[in-house]
Amino acid sequence: MDYGDNARKALWSNNIVLGQTLALCPLLAVTGTATNGLGMGLATTAVLVLSGALVSALRNLITPEVRIPAFVLIIASVVTLLDMALNAWMHELYKVLGLFVPLIVTNCALLGRAETFASKNPVAESMFDGLMIGTGFLLVLVALGATREIIGSGTLFANAGLLLGERFAFLETTLIPGYRGFLLLVLPAGGFIALAFLMAAKRAIDRRVQRRRGAHSRLDVATAGARPA
Amino acid sequence: MKTPSPADRSAYRGTVWFQAALLGGATLATTSLLSLGDLATRDDIALRAEEDLRASIGQVVPAAIHDNNLVEDQHTERLDDGGTITVYRATRDGIPTALAYTVAGPGYSGTIRAIMGVDTQGRILGVRVLAHTETPGLGDKIEVLKDDWILGFDGRSLGNPPVAGWGVKKDGGHFDQFTGATITPRAVVKAVRSGLEFFDRRGQALLAGDVDGSRTDPVPATTRGDR
Repeated sequence: MDYGDNARKALWSNNIVLGQTLALCPLLAVTGTATNGLGMGLATTAVLVLSGALVSALRNLITPEVRIPAFVLIIASVVTLLDMALNAWMHELYKVLGLFVPLIVTNCALLGRAETFASKNPVAESMFDGLMIGTGFLLVLVALGATREIIGSGTLFANAGLLLGERFAFLETTLIPGYRGFLLLVLPAGGFIALAFLMAAKRAIDRRVQRRRGAHSRLDVATAGARPA
Repeated sequence: MKTPSPADRSAYRGTVWFQAALLGGATLATTSLLSLGDLATRDDIALRAEEDLRASIGQVVPAAIHDNNLVEDQHTERLDDGGTITVYRATRDGIPTALAYTVAGPGYSGTIRAIMGVDTQGRILGVRVLAHTETPGLGDKIEVLKDDWILGFDGRSLGNPPVAGWGVKKDGGHFDQFTGATITPRAVVKAVRSGLEFFDRRGQALLAGDVDGSRTDPVPATTRGDR
């Protein structure tokens, strides 16, 4: 496997949100602030790595006919174990993340990666893939959270000290003092709107890069295919 | 052998029995794993829950006025509306000094749960919101981490302000509402007032440890972990 290519795809071109438009349920639910996005991203990455390793280790035992329920079992168990372990041994983190952990099971990215990657590749590569997909998801979560937080409340990384410990309290900044807030961006509807702008921005960057490379023909094919006939 | 040959596969792997056994085995394995995880974490989780409870009680009952563990001096009592209320009693040198209990009320989107501490005179020592699902950026100003509003209850009692003043300013009451959010503070004020009315009815009896005078379920300390 080409690790560099896998990472590039997971982080950008085939990003779980921007490229595949998956994992929107947890994404829109938690991105009210950049801190919440970061927390959800870390928890999801941990589950992606662990479930990738398990699915990959058992891939020769599990028959194709029952693979989907078996993968669901594995993912749900990993999430539940993580939830219990966080609650018992990392309670401060759990108080902030606890709300998001059960939401991870609703993330179809997990089943998607188990099906398309971990079930066909060795353990180490599956864990790397989980790490990269998770990181790509985390970056989008933080970007969307930051966008909504800055425009919605005028702050950035509010309560980061609660999530990451006091040492990271310096991340908490008030960008616009005395800002009255823009409620639309805080509410779920604002999540959809901000996500649309984020996706549009990715497309605009892709297009500019393509143009700079002079690959007009490839771009035309790509956009023509995306347009309804 | 890690990868069975195609002959092996056709021999048994394709049969419905193998599939069923495989799925059953996977379910058994994951269930056992979860049971083990539960066994390993159960005591710690119960401990953390008690620490959380003690920490939130500590916010509404100052450490200076009690020397007992409030979590161990608790009992649950049935309310007229069918709900239950768990009351924690603070004592100092064996003399009761305060009560702490949780109150709840319907907010803008879901129930708001708060804990309040009341001294022997019926004055509020403190109120803190434990859980809510109010709009972020608007209704969440009831959290002490976000706003000082909740501290406005400190020292208040049923006569201060008078009963008519136990509402938000928009309703002619004494307490501020937030810009853009009236329902949330209104719900908290109402819940706190009902908490004080509960103290008015039962407070003195509970402080005296007289829990027999009403329909109550004393909770022995030894059974707490099972609740």
